[in-house]
Amino acid sequence: MLARRLSVLNLLKKQCRFYSAKSSDEFRLEEFSEKYLGHRKARFTENLEIIDSGKVEAIPIYRATNAEGNFVDSSQDPNLPKDIALKMYRDMTALNTMDKILYDSQRQGRISFYMTNFGEEANHIGSAAALENTDLVYGQYREAGVLMWRGFPLDQFMNQCYGNALDYGKGKQMPVHYGSAEHNFVTISSPLTTQMPQAVGSAYAFKRDGSKRIVCVYFGDGAASEGDAHAAFNFAATLKVPIIFFCRNNGYAISTPTSEQYGGDGIAGKGPGYGLHTIRVDGNDLFAVYNATKAARELALQNIPVLIEAMTYRIGHHSTSDDSSAYRPKEEVELWTEKDYPILRFRKYLEKKGWWSAEDDKAWVAEVRKNVLKAFGEAEKVKKLPPNELFNDVYADVPKNLEKQREEMNEHLKKYGEHYPLQGFQ
Amino acid sequence: MAGKQALLKSIGFVNKLQPVRNSSFFTFNPSKADPSLGETAKLNMCQSINNAMFVALENDNTACVFGEDVAFGGVFRCSLGLQEKFGKDRVFNTPLCEQGIAGFGIGLAVAGHTAIAEIQFGDYIFPAYDQLVNEAAKYRYRTGNLFNCGKLTVRATWGAIGHGALYHSQSPEANFTHTPGIKVVVPRGPIQAKGLLLSCINEPDPCVFFEPKVLYRSAVEEVPVGNYTIPLGKAEIVRPGKDATLVAWGTQLHVLWEVAEIAKKDLGIECEVIDLQTIAPWDLDTVANSVSKTGRLLISHEAPLTSGFAAEIAASIQNECFLNLEAPIARICGWDTPFPHVHEPFYMPTKWRVYDGLKKMMEF
Repeated sequence: MLARRLSVLNLLKKQCRFYSAKSSDEFRLEEFSEKYLGHRKARFTENLEIIDSGKVEAIPIYRATNAEGNFVDSSQDPNLPKDIALKMYRDMTALNTMDKILYDSQRQGRISFYMTNFGEEANHIGSAAALENTDLVYGQYREAGVLMWRGFPLDQFMNQCYGNALDYGKGKQMPVHYGSAEHNFVTISSPLTTQMPQAVGSAYAFKRDGSKRIVCVYFGDGAASEGDAHAAFNFAATLKVPIIFFCRNNGYAISTPTSEQYGGDGIAGKGPGYGLHTIRVDGNDLFAVYNATKAARELALQNIPVLIEAMTYRIGHHSTSDDSSAYRPKEEVELWTEKDYPILRFRKYLEKKGWWSAEDDKAWVAEVRKNVLKAFGEAEKVKKLPPNELFNDVYADVPKNLEKQREEMNEHLKKYGEHYPLQGFQ
Repeated sequence: MAGKQALLKSIGFVNKLQPVRNSSFFTFNPSKADPSLGETAKLNMCQSINNAMFVALENDNTACVFGEDVAFGGVFRCSLGLQEKFGKDRVFNTPLCEQGIAGFGIGLAVAGHTAIAEIQFGDYIFPAYDQLVNEAAKYRYRTGNLFNCGKLTVRATWGAIGHGALYHSQSPEANFTHTPGIKVVVPRGPIQAKGLLLSCINEPDPCVFFEPKVLYRSAVEEVPVGNYTIPLGKAEIVRPGKDATLVAWGTQLHVLWEVAEIAKKDLGIECEVIDLQTIAPWDLDTVANSVSKTGRLLISHEAPLTSGFAAEIAASIQNECFLNLEAPIARICGWDTPFPHVHEPFYMPTKWRVYDGLKKMMEF
């Protein structure tokens, strides 16, 4: 019995020696590195140095082509087939043409609201083309090009803006709040950034169900200041989900310039702090956006979340309710339009390839114009869903209290219908 | 029997009963389970909630339980043993961020998976308020039913605990009942907690499930071990009567129950006590039918009086039962103050405040 006790004692002594062999400095370094810092090797320093964030090198901007549409490094050419390249160009110009017509129609009071995508077309098409169409997209509101790429019908853009009876969204939301289950594009909502942690949740579901889908979530540089962005980055990194965070940094959140939005190295600068794989790209370079998204998708498939910051410029006003000349000089907008319009940069590439010409362009834009105007005219004629539609889809089933309110409204309209715009509704 | 063994295994570690300090503001009145639900086991509310999640995880491979500290069993032990049984990818901790938890849960549900999110205290649900009110509640509506997050259930602890002060005592149900699209549920004990929680999890609408934390250990009942649900949107008459209708939910139901006993003994009146159970959408018919019969209504909740849910009930019943009412509708609620620490005994709508309110209503 005693012998056994002694042997236990010896064992304990040995263990003590084992632990004491390691200095407590080493012990702490290892603990901190392994457990607190996710296997990042920290070191001690006796140099009292507070990191000056202004001296940390800015994350470089990845580009494939220059402003002339030439590849700077030919190894970065993804060698897109002609049909894909032309579809990319046609979708960008179709979006641009639709924007012009719908913007004007809002000015004429035919639709209540609109937001253009001017200057950001390459972000949408370049990233959408690098995703699978089955990948789930969550957007902010300035990503109509993703839907364009996925074949969302022109009629549907118009039906949604009119809120007519054919709108997939049943006329419930403001214009440009598109959505389509068929096109794996989650319906847009106005509250900024709420889609980001949601996108992480959906990505977690894909990680579990083995469907090999990923999620791509778009947001602006302003939206990245919301608490939900912090939540999403952190949840994605700790829960290791297949997601791409795609930030459109276009220099402005309505009137607020980025200098009043953040003090750090843009949005990409935040990525490594969360443990996110990160890249900053030239958002006006379709090829750079395409290549980066393609590479990010490969990582996402391995449950490595990636943050892409696409640097671009918001050429248009924030929305039809905004006159941007109140806070930025007109010349600035002209300069960007003239010096680096993403559609033009890509057109130069196509022309050099001999795949596109000025005549092709003229004919294509005329065709798109005709199609948009036709779809627009048709959408305008379609009546809206009947008034009592407003009680549907609040819950999966209409509860008793809502059924009662619906009856109350119908009774009211029977008596006072002449005071309401019933003629526009089914 | 197999069901019972699995159940006991799932909750094997769950708590030795501990007395709750300062919990004398109510006396728990246990319910009897519907005998048709079969075999029962003696469980406290924490165990019955654990068991409901066990059932949900076992029956639905997409179901996940997540939140702050749920992996080791939860600070109230409601998720004890679930990670061991169902794996780290189904029962897991999130970073400490309520808006993230709610948003993440919505995203899981949008992808068609069952999300059971925990907010550690109802008091801390407000950072998630935007996600729940602007997003979860409006998802189906704003998408024209293209997308929904009906598979989301958010559980949060709720109500007074004796010493919880401002941020461990709140009853935020009225903050949510003003939001169409979301269902709000509060159980009064272990049997209801399991049945109502399973309903919330199965429901095709997002639900907020508030758990009266003072009942976690103090409330013990014979709970059916199988899978059963209690329908949402239905109130329960827990004690029939003809002279006055008393309405409450959660812990406060037990206060009213005790008042009904005192009133019978002292005043010789029979109070009809109703547990609302689902706060939104609530069961107007059951309450209106009762008030049509009794002619008198008293509503009581821990949350502050002004704009509390009793106001909604009072206004609706006044509208429905105007000709039957023989006295003004009484509301006995928390005062319009933050929830105090040392003054909790004076803040609460105690049985004596309710009794006094009832007496005045009867004498009107």
